[in-house]
Amino acid sequence: MKIDPIHQFNIEPLFTIGHIGNHTIAFTNSSLYMLVAVAIISLLMLASGTQLVPGRLQSVAEISYEFVASTIRSTAGSEGMKFFPLIFSLFMFICVSNLVGIIPYTFTISSHLIVTAGLALLVFFTVLIYGIAKNGVKFFKIFVPHGVPGYVLPLVMFIEVLSFFLRPVSHSIRLFANMLAGHIALKVFAGFVAMLGFSLGAIGWVGGVLPLALTIALYALEILVAFLQAYVFAILTCIYLNDAIHPGH
Amino acid sequence: MAESHGGAKGPAAGAHTEADGGHHGGGFPPFESSTFASQLVSLAIFFVLLYVIVSKLALPKVGGAIEARQNKIEGDLTEAQKLKDQSEAALKAYESELASARTRAQAIGNESRDKANAQADAERKALEEQLAAKLAGAEKTIASTRAAAMSNVRGIAADAAGQIVQQLTGVVPDAASVNAAVDASLKG
Repeated sequence: MKIDPIHQFNIEPLFTIGHIGNHTIAFTNSSLYMLVAVAIISLLMLASGTQLVPGRLQSVAEISYEFVASTIRSTAGSEGMKFFPLIFSLFMFICVSNLVGIIPYTFTISSHLIVTAGLALLVFFTVLIYGIAKNGVKFFKIFVPHGVPGYVLPLVMFIEVLSFFLRPVSHSIRLFANMLAGHIALKVFAGFVAMLGFSLGAIGWVGGVLPLALTIALYALEILVAFLQAYVFAILTCIYLNDAIHPGH
Repeated sequence: MAESHGGAKGPAAGAHTEADGGHHGGGFPPFESSTFASQLVSLAIFFVLLYVIVSKLALPKVGGAIEARQNKIEGDLTEAQKLKDQSEAALKAYESELASARTRAQAIGNESRDKANAQADAERKALEEQLAAKLAGAEKTIASTRAAAMSNVRGIAADAAGQIVQQLTGVVPDAASVNAAVDASLKG
């Protein structure tokens, strides 16, 4: 019995859509789970009714709405509500796909750096373009903090600029690494159970209780991480957008 | 190929294959650059789709439901406040009405009692006067009856005295002297 914790991240092309240059564009298992996430979110938000006294599904939809709205208001102010659809889409997309990905035999979209990098770059360019369009040159005040003595200002500015351009890197790697590491750990511990059972027989099955317990605990942790990383991604987006809306700290 | 590496060796082996110029399925999947284009295209398609659904349909719908509920609650609260104010005003009006009715009832009671008293007094006075008049009439009748009786007594006495004198003496006395004698004895 071999344990291959990496197999779950394989991209399997299901059918080919077309070609861009010499790249083959395929509809993959990743695409399928993106579609699943979009379908679940649409179903949750659109099929949940608009009753005065909400049912369960409608409550979930409204709680998601209120949760994201209050996150934006508290971090980026009421002006940040302009970006409500974007942040809501990001949060729900990551949260739902992470939660779907935690189900055994499914695929986790955000365990691929290219996907999280795509989302992080979307946020990065939104911040950059909106910030410059709204504030013009004043936007670059975010690189010049207040109350810094003149002689360290070049150094501080250098660090600020560097950290600004590293934002999409940390933004994307945080989500990617969390999901990847969590799923690998889960697979390794779950693999131990089967490995012990198949290699040591009855003793192994008894000994497998410990990694099984660990797997269950990790699974619970992963559910938390799935939600938490979506929240972290969304709140960082709010904080970055706050820079674009109110530059100059 | 990943199957054959397996276990803890996985990532390291994957990186190694990657360095060799890894083909699909051989390397560490997240760093398999041949899949990037497909994933980015799918991400772009589905994220834009999601964004459109969320911004055009989902958020207006859910936000509308929440706002409608908020408005309904606020409307109901103001309605309840209005009704409460109304009921308080009605209670106050009722109480003042009750108080005025009470004073009016008292006034009416006093008035009718006074009127009844006055009427009763007047009736009593009239009755007393009537009784007094009757009493006076009766007294007068008694007096006249007594006087008549007394004059009759005198006549009878004079007659009796005349008869007695005639019997005793055989002489008929004259009336004047008999009357005088009777009067004298009646006085005496």
